[in-house]
Amino acid sequence: MSDVIFSNQLTEQEKYGHFLKRIEAGEKIEADDWMPDEYRFTLIKLISMHGISEIMGALPEKEWVPKAPSLKRKLGIMAKVQDEMGHGQLLLRVAEDLMKPLGKTREDIMEDLFSGRLKFHNVFHMEAPTWGDAGLIGWLVDGAAIISQTNMLNASYGPYARALKRICAEEVFHAQHGEAIIMALAEGTNEQRTMVQEAVNRWWEALLMFFGPADASTTGTSKQDITIKYRIRTKTNEELRQDFFSKYIPRVLSLGLTLPDETMHFDKEKEVWVYKQPDWNRFKEIIKNNGPKSKDRLELRKTAYIENQWVREALNMAK
Amino acid sequence: MKMVDVKPMNKDYQSSLISLLYQLADDDFILAYRGSEWLGLAPHIEEDVAFSSISQDTMGHAAMFYQLLSDLGEGDVDDLAHARPAKVRKNAILLEMVNGPGHYLSKPSYDWAFAVVRNYFYVQAKKVRMESLKNSSYDPLANAALKVNMELYYHLLHWKTWFVQLMQAGGEARKRMEDAIHRVWDDFAGVLSLGPLGKELATFKIIESENILKGKWKQSMKPVFDSVNLLMPEEFGTQSGDGRKGVHIKDLEDALLTLREVYQTDPAASW
Repeated sequence: MSDVIFSNQLTEQEKYGHFLKRIEAGEKIEADDWMPDEYRFTLIKLISMHGISEIMGALPEKEWVPKAPSLKRKLGIMAKVQDEMGHGQLLLRVAEDLMKPLGKTREDIMEDLFSGRLKFHNVFHMEAPTWGDAGLIGWLVDGAAIISQTNMLNASYGPYARALKRICAEEVFHAQHGEAIIMALAEGTNEQRTMVQEAVNRWWEALLMFFGPADASTTGTSKQDITIKYRIRTKTNEELRQDFFSKYIPRVLSLGLTLPDETMHFDKEKEVWVYKQPDWNRFKEIIKNNGPKSKDRLELRKTAYIENQWVREALNMAK
Repeated sequence: MKMVDVKPMNKDYQSSLISLLYQLADDDFILAYRGSEWLGLAPHIEEDVAFSSISQDTMGHAAMFYQLLSDLGEGDVDDLAHARPAKVRKNAILLEMVNGPGHYLSKPSYDWAFAVVRNYFYVQAKKVRMESLKNSSYDPLANAALKVNMELYYHLLHWKTWFVQLMQAGGEARKRMEDAIHRVWDDFAGVLSLGPLGKELATFKIIESENILKGKWKQSMKPVFDSVNLLMPEEFGTQSGDGRKGVHIKDLEDALLTLREVYQTDPAASW
């Protein structure tokens, strides 16, 4: 409260200076604190995209929930996808608080998703045609998510940092769930091994894209400088991608699987993984909702939204 | 699979017990499957989280009941859940019915009113059974019922809240709910049925009689119905047939094709 009164007596410039000092000192910014518009807008974009990606991310796995091949796997994947929806809910609540001063609500987030203004993560535009893909999503997509989210655990925005803490803890279970599916397949019959290898081949490029382009020169825009400036994250996209390689390439190879990139190797002198760049033009197209499954999944989400319109109206009446 | 020592038992006792376990397991299994099709399609995100949690519990209960069957020598739990053809399944037909027109991956025109009514009425019936089974003469089932019953408290609260809220909303919601209620009445006797060995089940004190359980169901629903101005019907129907006797509709065949799609590519493989 004293902070609010104090801020009211300051010029915008002074407020900005005070704000920067706070985040540089490692203080957490809370929903009702003063923050520069650029910070607010960056967070809204980042967190609503993260939240909606969790929700859209449930859809490729949803395909496999009813089909999971044993009771144990059925229970595992049901729990996993439920967690993802829970993360989506948690994050949308964080985004809603940030949007409140702008007079925007969750309805706006949904509308923005349907109109294409709000993007969701590139990996969730891809096809998941086999049970191997269901395992691979848990193992490597969630594995990549852990790496990029751990990078923001100390984010200057308190509500996001706290949400991420819980999300990361659950993602670790997801990666284990995915790894267990993959191990069973990799140690299984020839058909099962082929299933995993094909899933790896299919997802490799999308996994490279997951971390985003190394810099703005690749795709024209990049928010990573702003998010680093405001202490929302610490590492660059490329650093995260390298961390992913270091953690997962040895594991993929140890299962007797191969990577669909013959140039891939670790340069010991420079201490970096050398790899074939994904097609970044394709990336731009995918996140513009022109990926292989973008339209289908948006359509599914939209159908459910329209079919349940009467329920939301009934609930509003009851309020 | 863990092996459990089952004491030798009277043949008639065992066959009645097994017939009940199949009903319990198959009911939960198919309804949890229908619940899993709703994933990502519920009216709002909070509901998606809650509903999928309930479906997961329900699938867990099915797994417990299949395990009890397996302990009695009926075979592997995953084979019991995935491989058995429709004609030997003992779930009530009401629970296998599709959520609505369309497919869970394409143009699902799912009916939330039907979901609420079917689940609420079913969970209450399941609750009545579990309460009774806590005193079952078959200890392993009494123990399972105790565990299941604890989770049902939340399931029941959840569906009751939806039921009352939508019934009281009036207008389109009320109309949709009443339509759904009539559909559910038409086949609800199938849910309350204990199958062809119902009498033996009561005689062996495995569970109370069908009539007693039906009375308890009505008794617990009556105050809720009164609060939303809904009349309790005298009788319920089995319009689509008696699932307890292995009679089923095409909806179940279609569901089985989906839920065993991966399993049947190699039932012997480890997944």
